[in-house]
Amino acid sequence: MILELENICFERDNRKILNNINLKIDLGKFVAITGPNGSGKSTLVKIIMGIEKPDSGKIIFDGKDITNMEINERAKLGISFGFQQPVRFKGITVYDLLKIAAHRKITKKEACEALATVGLCAKEYVDREVNGSLSGGELKRIEIATVALRQTKLTIFDEPEAGIDLWSFNNLIDVFQKMSEITKGTTIIISHQERILEIADEIILMKSGKIQKIGTSEEILNEEIKNKGCCKIKNNC
Amino acid sequence: MEAKNLNQIDEQLLNEISNLENITKGAYNIRKNGKGVERQVTENVNIVTKKDVSGIDIYVKENTKFEFIHIPVIITESGLNDLVYNDFYIGKNANVIIVAGCGIHNDHHKDSEHDGIHRFYLEEGAKVKYVEKHYGEGNGDGKRILNPVTEVYLKAGSSMEMESVQIKGVSSTIRETKGILAEDTNFVVTEKIMTDGNQYAKTIFDVQLNGENSSTHVTSRSVATENSKQEFVSKIYGNEKCFAHSECDAIIKDNAIVTATPEITANNVEANLIHEAAIGKIAGEQLTKLMTLGLSEKEAEEEIINGFLR
Repeated sequence: MILELENICFERDNRKILNNINLKIDLGKFVAITGPNGSGKSTLVKIIMGIEKPDSGKIIFDGKDITNMEINERAKLGISFGFQQPVRFKGITVYDLLKIAAHRKITKKEACEALATVGLCAKEYVDREVNGSLSGGELKRIEIATVALRQTKLTIFDEPEAGIDLWSFNNLIDVFQKMSEITKGTTIIISHQERILEIADEIILMKSGKIQKIGTSEEILNEEIKNKGCCKIKNNC
Repeated sequence: MEAKNLNQIDEQLLNEISNLENITKGAYNIRKNGKGVERQVTENVNIVTKKDVSGIDIYVKENTKFEFIHIPVIITESGLNDLVYNDFYIGKNANVIIVAGCGIHNDHHKDSEHDGIHRFYLEEGAKVKYVEKHYGEGNGDGKRILNPVTEVYLKAGSSMEMESVQIKGVSSTIRETKGILAEDTNFVVTEKIMTDGNQYAKTIFDVQLNGENSSTHVTSRSVATENSKQEFVSKIYGNEKCFAHSECDAIIKDNAIVTATPEITANNVEANLIHEAAIGKIAGEQLTKLMTLGLSEKEAEEEIINGFLR
């Protein structure tokens, strides 16, 4: 087992955003978290990375209690995080950011290869600043490239499809799959995309701060369509 | 170089302003503690000592292409107040790079001050890249003061790109930059300032766009930390069909204070003038992102500031 959450609670403004979450995830699994807006998905993954601290509960990663660890300590232990809204930096170039992500000296050629895998024509981008001159889709691809370069045991993506058109996103799905093949690690993706849910080993369905169901894609998708419970899953309404 | 008049501290100071080896490649004039100590002229660039006031006149011949001119100033004497006038006459269609700057080493309790008045006269079609770096060091409690004045006169079709950097060790600075632009000219200014402790930095830009199709871009990026104070004043006048963009971006930390006073005046209906100003602390999400890549909060902050001031 690579990750275990025990009794995680998180409350803000008298609202239980996460209500006693218990979860175990095995190494090597490709896990999708889905569910309606406001169900607590983003908060849950932020708590795993340390961006938010739970009010109570315990987080065990690779056998270590990381509940009180800082973000960077968790990153060093082997957790990566792809943000839903990529951050902009004035003055920091794409190459700088990729160098920081790789945590070693990488050549421009290696940086370009990393960009090429996420569908960016590397030469045009590698020396550009990670600022407002890049479009949302470009920033998102760069964000995914920084995460992919780290090759950690656990990689988390918070809605990687947000800001990318459906056509381009389908090509990116290969990136996620290849990444988990290389690292032999675990990938957790918050997503509403059918393709992602289909290829997931496991789907975690969240509602109102609780895990409603965990199952294979067949189990969850079929049942949800039958119950018309979560229309977003099929994108058909 | 044959540094017969320079000691180790001098060489270190010079290296902070520009690489010593680069200095000797073209024309140069090194001023130390109020006096010229080393000089080299070339076929196209002549340097002449002024007779009426302290300083030099630099003459660049017409059509001179890609020559470097270095005029660094170093001050190692505590209590010195050095006022110098340097005038640059750039001939028609010449294209040169000028590197100036001042390094002060003050180990004592008296204040050291250097006020450089630089005037640039560009003839038709001339192009200048002007780099100015200010640096202070030393263990004394004497202040290190730099008050540079830069005046730029651009004749038709000429352009100047000015880059000024003050990253470390200057106690107090008031920097004035003035541009008078004729038709089809372009004046680009990029300024980078970092202050800490009780340092004070004020910059004043005054650009007159007098000619048709003249344009200017003024960019100031600054970081103010601890108890330091910075003021940014920019006055741009569009007196003809012209374009101007000024941008002031500042990061504040601790108890620092930054004031930005942008002023744009259109005296012509065809003047297109834009100003942007933003002051704020380092965004929390920037720190978080870099921390998810394994940097500590302090390392993340350094990366962000280094990038911002690059």
